[in-house]
Amino acid sequence: MSFINYAAREINCKLVYYGPGLCGKTTNLQFIYSRVEPSTKGKLISLATETERTLFFDFLPLELGTIRGFKTRFHLYTVPGQVFYDASRKLILRGADGVIFVADSQVERMESNIESLENLEANLAEQNLSLETLPFVLQYNKRDLPNVVPIEELQVALNPRKAPWFEACARTGIGVFETLKGAAKLVLNELKKKT
Amino acid sequence: MIGTDLMLYEEDARRLAAVLQRLCEDSKSRAVFLIDKAGQLIASAGETASIDTTSLASLTAGNIAATGGLAQLLGEKEFSVLFHEGEKDHLHISVVGQRGILVVLFDRRSSLGLVRLRVKRAAEDIGRLFTEMAERTEQEAGQGRAAFQAQFAQITDEDIDNLFKG
Repeated sequence: MSFINYAAREINCKLVYYGPGLCGKTTNLQFIYSRVEPSTKGKLISLATETERTLFFDFLPLELGTIRGFKTRFHLYTVPGQVFYDASRKLILRGADGVIFVADSQVERMESNIESLENLEANLAEQNLSLETLPFVLQYNKRDLPNVVPIEELQVALNPRKAPWFEACARTGIGVFETLKGAAKLVLNELKKKT
Repeated sequence: MIGTDLMLYEEDARRLAAVLQRLCEDSKSRAVFLIDKAGQLIASAGETASIDTTSLASLTAGNIAATGGLAQLLGEKEFSVLFHEGEKDHLHISVVGQRGILVVLFDRRSSLGLVRLRVKRAAEDIGRLFTEMAERTEQEAGQGRAAFQAQFAQITDEDIDNLFKG
């Protein structure tokens, strides 16, 4: 749910990083946080367990710049990936303007990817939303690891809708900004269409 | 979905700010914030300069969302008021007008009783303003939308690309 503040001439949008546990959602945010100018970002908030697993969400407010006189802000959220935190995931998805699905490219994580994507669809359906209508991109993360599934197979399994997709290695930052940019583009274009 | 998106015009922003300012003074609070349930700060009053308001808004919305989840679990509609007691500062958080969250930060210069009393009146005012904002005639909404559309329709892929440069 975007928030257009005419008084302050600001557009605020919410982007949610979704995906199975340990796929690299928090790492995406950490990389973005490490690379953007201090003046354009807020604090990175991580509500995590003592073992640094996301408990509720990570949050990073990002100011992208001015577009036609409106300051454009994106609030980036991650969900907790672990299966049993489903109630929290539903809460964080509320009001999302766009979703980035981060898939773990490793062979042994394919089942978790599919399970998480199905979970995303189910949780969106509860809010009468769907991946067909919501701005949605995929990130195939951890492409630097040796045991990865070929892109063609990932596409067949996870991207039948042919949403924009990006290869990434979030730890080193490859593909992180490309993914964010891809999603931001879709969100802004959607906002344009809606008005 | 634009109907459910929140659009804040200058006149509304002024009126909401006035309600918050009065609440801040009447309740002898340090600061008052109005946040939407998705975690966006709508308006604030008082000593806000030293506070990271963006983080405050997001965490409060998360807090309210989690508490709302708990309420549903127990068969309640919602827990509409939260109170956090600190050593020096305290937070009174309440849901107002269905889509808003009112946060009052206060210390020993005030009291929970006074804050609760003043919040009650402010919540009614904010609820009324929200209703007015929602019920605004189609014509006015259309005008605002048209103005926005005029500006937004000109956005090109290049504009969006430029956001990511530098």
